[in-house]
Amino acid sequence: MNKREFLTDAVLFFPAAGLLEALALEAQGKELSADTATGYDPTLHWYGMGIDVDKCIGCNRCVEACKAENDVPDEPYYFRTWIERYTVRRDGKTTVECISTKPGPAKQAEPEDPSVVRTFFVPKLCNQCAHPPCVQVCPVGATFQTKDGVVLVNEKTCIGCRYCIQACPYGARYLNPRTRTADKCTFCYHRVTKGLQPACVEVCPTEARIFGDLNKLSDRLVRFQRANDISVLKPDLNTDPKVRYAQLDGEVR
Amino acid sequence: MARPYAAESESKEEPAVKLPEQVVRLGTVILALLVIVLSLRFFILPASFFSAQPHQAEKVVREMAKPPHYAGAASCRECHAEQFTAQSAGYHRNIACENCHGPSAQHAAGDKSAVPRVQKDREFCLACHAYNRSRPNGFPQVDPQEHNTRKQCIRCHDAHDPVPPETPKDCGGCHGRIARTKALSAHALLPCADCHKVDEQHMLHPRSALPTKPDSRESCGRCHAASATGPDVSKATVDLASHGGKYVCWECHYAHLPEGPK
Amino acid sequence: MNAAVPTALYEQLASQLSQVIGFIYPNEVETQWAILIVVYPYLTGIVAGAFILASLVKVFNVVEVQPIYRLALLTALAFMLVAPLPLQLHLGHPERAYEIYMTPQPTSAMAMFGFVYLWYLMGVLLIEVWFEYRQQLILMANRCRGILGHLYRALSLYSKDVSPEAIAFDHKASKIVTIIGIPSAFLLHGYVGFIFGSVKANPWWGSVLMPIVFLMSAIVSGIAMVMFVYIVLCLVRNEKLDMRCLDKVGLFLLVAIIVDFALEGLDYIHRLYQSEESIKILGQLVSAKLFTSLLILQVLLGMLLPLVILVLVRSKRFNEEFRKLLYFTSALLIQLGIFSMRWNVVIGGQLYSKSFRGLMGYKMELTGIESLLTAAVLLIAPFVILTVLIRLLPTRHIEEHAAPI
Repeated sequence: MNKREFLTDAVLFFPAAGLLEALALEAQGKELSADTATGYDPTLHWYGMGIDVDKCIGCNRCVEACKAENDVPDEPYYFRTWIERYTVRRDGKTTVECISTKPGPAKQAEPEDPSVVRTFFVPKLCNQCAHPPCVQVCPVGATFQTKDGVVLVNEKTCIGCRYCIQACPYGARYLNPRTRTADKCTFCYHRVTKGLQPACVEVCPTEARIFGDLNKLSDRLVRFQRANDISVLKPDLNTDPKVRYAQLDGEVR
Repeated sequence: MARPYAAESESKEEPAVKLPEQVVRLGTVILALLVIVLSLRFFILPASFFSAQPHQAEKVVREMAKPPHYAGAASCRECHAEQFTAQSAGYHRNIACENCHGPSAQHAAGDKSAVPRVQKDREFCLACHAYNRSRPNGFPQVDPQEHNTRKQCIRCHDAHDPVPPETPKDCGGCHGRIARTKALSAHALLPCADCHKVDEQHMLHPRSALPTKPDSRESCGRCHAASATGPDVSKATVDLASHGGKYVCWECHYAHLPEGPK
Repeated sequence: MNAAVPTALYEQLASQLSQVIGFIYPNEVETQWAILIVVYPYLTGIVAGAFILASLVKVFNVVEVQPIYRLALLTALAFMLVAPLPLQLHLGHPERAYEIYMTPQPTSAMAMFGFVYLWYLMGVLLIEVWFEYRQQLILMANRCRGILGHLYRALSLYSKDVSPEAIAFDHKASKIVTIIGIPSAFLLHGYVGFIFGSVKANPWWGSVLMPIVFLMSAIVSGIAMVMFVYIVLCLVRNEKLDMRCLDKVGLFLLVAIIVDFALEGLDYIHRLYQSEESIKILGQLVSAKLFTSLLILQVLLGMLLPLVILVLVRSKRFNEEFRKLLYFTSALLIQLGIFSMRWNVVIGGQLYSKSFRGLMGYKMELTGIESLLTAAVLLIAPFVILTVLIRLLPTRHIEEHAAPI
C-alpha cells in the first residue's frame, strides 16, 4: 500500500469510526437519559441554597449533622461545611476564626469588648457554582455537574491529583484520607433527590439555611431572593455560585 | 567500477520518490504504533471506555442510592404527632427533631434497636444558648457560669416548649450583648423601656412586633438638652438648636455605649 | 477502599494546624501539592532547557556549542524519563493514572499536558536522538557481540544504510525535528506554567506571566545543568574540556538569566504597583514564610550571584581553570535558585489562605511517599540514567568504518 492509498483509507476510516462510536453511545443512551429507575428527572430541577447571615447563631449543629450524614472524617482538618466567626473592630481590623475546628460551647462567657463594632457568624460550604472552576480543571472528568446543578465527585474515577482542590476559590474541597479522592459537599444529593432537605438545612435551629429549587416559581429559595439583598462570595471570579447570601458583610471572604 | 546504488535500484523505470531507508523503518514503526493506538481507540475497545459520561451517570445513580442517616422532621411527625403539636406553638417550633435527637433514619424505618439519643446534659443546650456576642441580636442566651450552674437545663425548661419558668425581668435575657454593653456605659442604670416602647407581643413573636426606637431629638433632649431641667439631667448637655443638624441623636451616638470604648 | 488512615498524615496535619497564623479555611490546613510537585516542574524545566541549548547548534548553527550537542540531548532524555515519576507517586490513586489518556477533559490543562508530554517524548525527543545516533548505533551494532549487539541493532530499527547521502539525510531530518522541537519545548514547559497560571483562585499563581517565567527559568536551569554535567563528565573522564564551547554556553546562560530576571522582576513590580487586594497577604507571605527561600536562595544566591559571576567571567580575563570553577559554581547556584523558585511557586502558593487572612505552614516529611527521601531519589535518578545513556550512546563520535561488517 502506498502513501496515497493509505491516506484515502484513513480519511474514510475516521468518519466511520465516529459513526460507530455514536451508534454505541446511542445503544447505551437509554441508561444515560434523564429518567432513572426511580423516576426522578434531574432536568426539572436547579438546586441552590440561601443563607441568612443574620440568623446564624454559630451553634455548629449543621457541621455535626453533615459529618454524621455523609461520613466525613471527624478530624478537624476535613469539612464539607463550616462556620466562620467575624469580629469587626472600630479601627477597621477584622479578625476571623473558624469555630468548627474547636467544637463545644465556650466554658465561660467572654468579657465584653467595647471596641467591637460588628460581630457575626457566617456558614460556608461548597457553592455548587453554575460555572465551576473545579469541574473545568479535572483532568479525567471525575468531578462534574449534574443536570440539576449539583457538583459531584466520582470517587471511583478520581485519580487524586488535587487540581480541583487548588482551583476552588472557597476552600470547599479536601482530599478524603480514606478514599484518597477529592471530596466535598454534595448538597446531600442522596437526600434532595428524594425530596428531603440536606442535613445541614434540616438541623439548623434558626432557619439560617434555606434549600430550594431555583426552577420552581413558588420555591422558598426564590422568595428568599426576592425578599433580601443577595450577594455571593468572590463574584469577581465569575464562578456564578448558587449559594446566595443575605445580609452578607463586606468583610466576608 | 560498480555503480553505488546498483544493488538498491528497483527494476521499475518510473521516477518514484525514493524514501531513505531509515525513514521507511522509522515511519513503519511510527505508523504501526499509530495504527495500534487508533484502532484500539476507535474500533476494538468500546466507546464507553473513552467517555467520562457513563462513569458520571453511574455515579449519579450510586449517589442517589445512598441511605440517609437523618429521617427528616416530617417522618418523625408520623408517629410522634403529639410532640409535634406541643412544639409547634413554642419557641423551638422551627427546630428539627433530629437536631437534638440525632440522626434517626433507622429508627424511623422501624428498627427497634436504633433508639435516638435523648439529650439531658447542660452542654448540649449551651451550644446554642451560652452567651456569645456574635450571636444575632435578640437570641436568648445565658451566662453559663451564672445561670443555675451545674443544673440540667431540662429541669426547668421543657425542651419541646421551652418557656422560661419566670418571665425575664429585663430585656437582657434575649438581648444579652446590648445589656452587657449598656452595663459598662453611662446609661447603665437607664431602663430599656425609657427609650423603647415594647409591645407584649414582642415576647411571643419577636420579629413581628418590634420595639420602637426614639424618633425625635427631644426624647434624648429630656436629659441632654442644655435647657433641660429635672433630677435626671445629664452632665453632658448640648444646645439642641445648633448641634447635629436635623439628625436623630442615635444616628451618630451609640446610645448603649455613648461614651465609646476607652 | 477503607484502608486505615496513616497516623503520619494526621500528625503532619496537627503540626501544620499549630503553625497557622490568622485565619484559614479549615480545609486549607493540608498542603495539597507538596515536595513531589516541586520536583516535577524542576525536572521538566531541565528537559526543555537542555533541548533549547541543543537546538542552538542545529537550527541556529552555533558551531562552538557542537561538542555538547549530544550531551544536551541525552540530558533532556534522562530527565524526561524521570519527570513523570513524581506525578505518579503524588496521585491519590496512581493505578488510575492511565485515565488521563482514556477520558481526558479538554478544559483541563493537566489533561492536555499529558498529550503534550507524550508528543514531546515520542514525536520530538526520541526521534531527534534516533536521527542523531543512527549511524553510531549501526557502527556499535557491528562492533558489539551478544546482547549489546542485539540491543544496538534493535535501537537502530535494523537500519543498515550508512552512505553519505543517508547521513546527510539524518542531519537534515534532525534539523527539521529540532525546528518542530523548539516550539514543542516551549509548549512543554510553558504548559506547566499555564497549569499554575490559569488558577484564578490563587493570586500567587494566577498570572499571565507565569507560563513565560516558568519557561525562561526552565531554559536557565537546562543550560546550567548541561554545563554542570559537561564539566563533571570531563573531570570524570579526565578529558580536556572545550573552553570555547563552555564560554559560548556561558554567554547563552548569561543572556537567559538576564531575561529570566527581568521577567520575574516585572512580575513582582507589576503586582506591587497594581496593589490588588491580595498584595497584603502576599507581602506577609514573602516576609514571614518565604524570606529565606525567595530573597536569599532564589534571588540573591540563585540569580544575582551567578549573574555577577558570569558577567565577571566575560569582562575579566581569568585563566581557564578559574573560569571552569566559576562556571561550575554558577551552574550549581542556578540549580539551587531554580529549585527554590519552583518551591516558592508551588509551596508558597499554599502557605497563605485564599481568604487572604492567614498563613500556614508546610512540614515536609522525611520518609514516606511524599517525602524528602523520595524527592532526593528522584533528583538523583536522572543522573544515574544519564550515566547509563552515555555508556550506551557515547557523546563522542566514534571512528567511522569504510563499510559495515
